[in-house]
Amino acid sequence: MGFWAFIARRMLLALFVLVIVSIATFSLAHAVPGDPIEAVLGDRQADNPEVRAALERRWGLDKPLPLQYVYYVGNLLQGDWGESISNRTPVAQALRDRVPATIELSMFALIFAVVLGVPLGIIAALNQDRWPDHVCRFITLLGTSIPVFWLGLLLLYVFFYQLKWLPGPGRLDVGMKPPPTITGMVTIDALVQGDWEVLRAALRRLILPAIVLGSFSMGIVARMLRSSLLASMGDDYVRTARAKGLGEQSVVASHALRNALIPTVTVLGLTTAGLLAGAVLTETIFSWPGIGSFAVSAALKRDYPALLGVTLIVAVIYVLVNLLVDVIYGLLDPRIRST
Amino acid sequence: MAAVMTTREIAIEAGGVRAQPRSDTGEIPGVMIPGRKARSPLGDAIRTLRRKPWAMFGLVVLLSWLVVGLMAPVLPIQDPDYQDLSQKLRSPSSAHPLGTDDLGRDMVSRIVWGARVSVPAGILVIALTGIVGCLLGAVAGYVGGAVDTVVMRSADAILSFPSIILAIAITAVRGGPGLSNALLAVAIVLWPEYARLMRGQVLAIRSSEYVAAAESMGADRKRILFRHILPSTDAPIIVKSTLDVGAAIVLTAGLSFIGLGAVPPTAEWGAMIKQGADKGLQFWWYAAAPGLAIMSVVMALNFLGDGLRDALDPRRRGG
Repeated sequence: MGFWAFIARRMLLALFVLVIVSIATFSLAHAVPGDPIEAVLGDRQADNPEVRAALERRWGLDKPLPLQYVYYVGNLLQGDWGESISNRTPVAQALRDRVPATIELSMFALIFAVVLGVPLGIIAALNQDRWPDHVCRFITLLGTSIPVFWLGLLLLYVFFYQLKWLPGPGRLDVGMKPPPTITGMVTIDALVQGDWEVLRAALRRLILPAIVLGSFSMGIVARMLRSSLLASMGDDYVRTARAKGLGEQSVVASHALRNALIPTVTVLGLTTAGLLAGAVLTETIFSWPGIGSFAVSAALKRDYPALLGVTLIVAVIYVLVNLLVDVIYGLLDPRIRST
Repeated sequence: MAAVMTTREIAIEAGGVRAQPRSDTGEIPGVMIPGRKARSPLGDAIRTLRRKPWAMFGLVVLLSWLVVGLMAPVLPIQDPDYQDLSQKLRSPSSAHPLGTDDLGRDMVSRIVWGARVSVPAGILVIALTGIVGCLLGAVAGYVGGAVDTVVMRSADAILSFPSIILAIAITAVRGGPGLSNALLAVAIVLWPEYARLMRGQVLAIRSSEYVAAAESMGADRKRILFRHILPSTDAPIIVKSTLDVGAAIVLTAGLSFIGLGAVPPTAEWGAMIKQGADKGLQFWWYAAAPGLAIMSVVMALNFLGDGLRDALDPRRRGG
């Protein structure tokens, strides 16, 4: 099968998953009790049948469920993601404002995971069962064992409260004006417009949340790279490379590591889901205005349109990332394309 | 037929008789010693596990938490709900080694009582999730057809969401905060992985010769599934569930942390971290103790899980 056929098949599959996902989110929010109208109006107003009927009509809650779903998907495709019940603003607008913040944070978290995880994995594998290996494995174990929200508090306590080296929660310093929106990601917008002061402030505020969010992925990447590097070091082609008289550095870098990176890329892609999940807690701690904190506030207020919107957008990002991972995987390893 | 037999297969071929004695016992390989008990694969695994110091350390930490939680009512500690407002938000001292919370409650006592909630809840929810997920996956893999499609596509749909987002949605639509809602959400989020793992195992084993033999002897499908296939699928499931208990504890604590899990006055570790964080960073001990408690349990489970992985995998055993 050619590369493009492979991509087309993956895209169809992704589309199919998205349809299932939208049905799942929709039925989830509607199958179970909980009265959104009461949540908005309070008990007394909600008991008034006229007020209730008016709101039900307005939000389409009086239509049969399958019809509500058809309306919902139709509206989604036209960019109408409904109106938040709690503050009457369009959900799509809120998501547009917040998605870039989460993507920016996840990007930096991913950079942290790779920049720390890859060297740790390599050092551990090259020093198997010696002290550098034990140290690296302990760090990665910490990364995968510390609850994200607790690590966040710990780092804030040490670097913000005690040492005062780094700023506290928030995306920009108090009173600082964000640069005019281009991408919605403050660092990139500031960079494009040459606003160095804002860029510096934004980067400083990204350090702690990015470490917190990326710690789990870092651990996974390092562990995976260590085990796949150890496995590939014992393979025939590595022995051949050594037999040819290649230096150890060249054997590791251009033979063993190249193959060990394939499963690592896959795992990295899969942990992106973990990033989106971790973003919920990280954003809550660091008052980060992304979709994670949005999901939490929507859930606490039982704001169904907002919750449906955020769940759907997260699933869409997740599916797209997995698609991207599949494509990269296909590029790295031609054998995958034929399966 | 596999080209290379694993230790376990050799042991099975030899009828459970000790087939590969270890050199440290000084016995002659292949010689059966009369009167000596047959060595089971499980026994082998336990023996290997006992030689892994970190795995044993993990097991001891885990068991300690369970025992401490179990004995909470008889331990000489304060009532976890006893409030002494004159002692609120006190830093660690000899009277309160882990400090007190904003209602003057003793943190040691709340951590100990929290162990009664968090640890057994994590184990229980994974036990139930594992059983349900494995059964669904096994039936899907063995029966195939429409059952397979329905079960595995539902699993795919759930796996298309990051776990905590789905858990948040489930908890919210279940009527808001509450430990049981949080645990149910965790269970719904985690079963598909077991179904997938088990289905793969069943598909692999289904085509083996001993299943064909059982089929040709006229055994019914239920018997084949439960007596012949399922007993051969234990190792990866045991390892995964050990590691997942940690994941379940963290996920449940995370839900409590964002206000969708355990509600006051329940002494639950995640909820305690949230209360500590709400009070401010200057009261560091408030969130520190429950965080360390969660971390110790999760690390213990990781050590144990890694050890079990080595112990149950014949290729790694003894390594």
